[in-house]
Amino acid sequence: MSGARNTRIFDLSTSTLRELNSTLQQEGAEGAWEIHNPAGRHSLAVGLTQPVSITIDGHAGYYAAGMNQRANVVINGNAGQGVAENMMSGSVHVKGNASSSAGATAHGGLLVIDGDAGARCGISMKGVDIVVRGSVGHMSAFMGQSGNLVVCGDAGEALGDSLYETRIFVRGTVKSLGADCEEKDMTSEDRQILTDLLAKGGITDIKADEFRRYGSARKLYHFRVDNASAY
Amino acid sequence: MCGIVGLFIKNPALQPELGRLTSLMLKTMTERGPDSAGFAVYGSPTSGQRKMTVRGISAENLGDFEAGFLKAADGSASVARHQDHVVLTYASDLEPAIRAFVNGFGHDVHFASSGESIELYKGVGLPEDVASRFGLEKMQGTHSIGHTRMATESAVTTAGAHPFSTGPDQCLVHNGSLSNHNTLRRRLVNEGLTFETENDSEVAAGYLSWRLAQGDKLDQALESSLKELDGFYTFVVGTREGFAVLRDPVACKPAVMAETDDYVAFASEYRAFADLPGIENAKVFEPEPQRVYHWEHAA
Repeated sequence: MSGARNTRIFDLSTSTLRELNSTLQQEGAEGAWEIHNPAGRHSLAVGLTQPVSITIDGHAGYYAAGMNQRANVVINGNAGQGVAENMMSGSVHVKGNASSSAGATAHGGLLVIDGDAGARCGISMKGVDIVVRGSVGHMSAFMGQSGNLVVCGDAGEALGDSLYETRIFVRGTVKSLGADCEEKDMTSEDRQILTDLLAKGGITDIKADEFRRYGSARKLYHFRVDNASAY
Repeated sequence: MCGIVGLFIKNPALQPELGRLTSLMLKTMTERGPDSAGFAVYGSPTSGQRKMTVRGISAENLGDFEAGFLKAADGSASVARHQDHVVLTYASDLEPAIRAFVNGFGHDVHFASSGESIELYKGVGLPEDVASRFGLEKMQGTHSIGHTRMATESAVTTAGAHPFSTGPDQCLVHNGSLSNHNTLRRRLVNEGLTFETENDSEVAAGYLSWRLAQGDKLDQALESSLKELDGFYTFVVGTREGFAVLRDPVACKPAVMAETDDYVAFASEYRAFADLPGIENAKVFEPEPQRVYHWEHAA
């Protein structure tokens, strides 16, 4: 990959991770960056608060682009556990597969995964939009509170366990639904949200009508002893 | 935490590189386990011969040990020394005699592994130091399994380091913790197995050896361990021809695999693959929970 004009390059074979993150976190970091030789290091491009555009050219380790605000991060490879964990705004685009807990607890922004995501994708998500071109692993959207999870492939066991108000859209099969998660009718509002998210995720060959919509049955919101065995 | 790595070579041209690549992978996994490390290397077996790795031999005991071994092996045998480990090579039919000699030698000398192709080394200290102490970089072979330990279930000792070998040419490394290992240990002891440590991982290794001894294939033994072993685990298992990976149903413990035409690699984290040849074009994937992955060389 060659850097576009005005793209600054940060080479991790010659600089440290700490130098990378402190540089990107500073005011004045605005603009485009390429990170070369990431070699699966953890915590790449975390805690960003500036409107920077970052391309990680290779595989990333744990917590890549964690706590992101305003930055747009593209990972040209796979991402380890907890990619875009606790993102507030901005976007993270993984071109390969993501490991478990992608987008965990994220409050906002957009996470796009072109490949598959592992277990617990979107666990406790609080407003983020997550679009997965492939499949997600077990316990995805566990305790999801708000935001949208779009899965173009299949979902593993216990999808949406203990779900609050996250909307889940799955195109393929769902191995099983978690406690208090049920299939719902797709409303016109849902269809519009899904259509917009597919477009944002760069997915043009799949239509909203191909998905099923899942959400909370809202039976476990408040503790009731009758439901004790369901929690 | 603990870090585990494994490398199964498909292209024979890469066999001379096995030790060097394994040592780089182990070194990268230091942050997951800095207190001890160990590895098993599988070489090409020689027909009619067996190898036994024995550890804990001090310089002052070496002479007596060698002399005793050569006497037990009736002269036609060889000894290769790697620090406090020695690899004994002898005719297959002498296995019981050599085992009896090693067990009876005393002086804190321990059996580490035996079989037709396995050699197994482990020690306390940083993974890089442990690997260089034994000369892992120069070792060759068909597949390897390694472990960097952050002790949780038992003491920081060489005995508590992985891999654990509880059967011929078998070994296991484990990241996680088993909750029913004491119950299972008692059952296996009743079946005639013996354990050297209080370590939960040794029980997992023993369980697999027991299943294999009952006639299970490697994948069958791993399938049945899904029913019997409770807790969190990622296992990487080696046999004479084979290499297998298994994760528990929750799959809390990290695992990533890479496959090319030349090799299959396993690690706790992708970082450990960064120095492997052709990794840029490898198929990199996360093994699914409760699914047995295994590869075998033609016997």
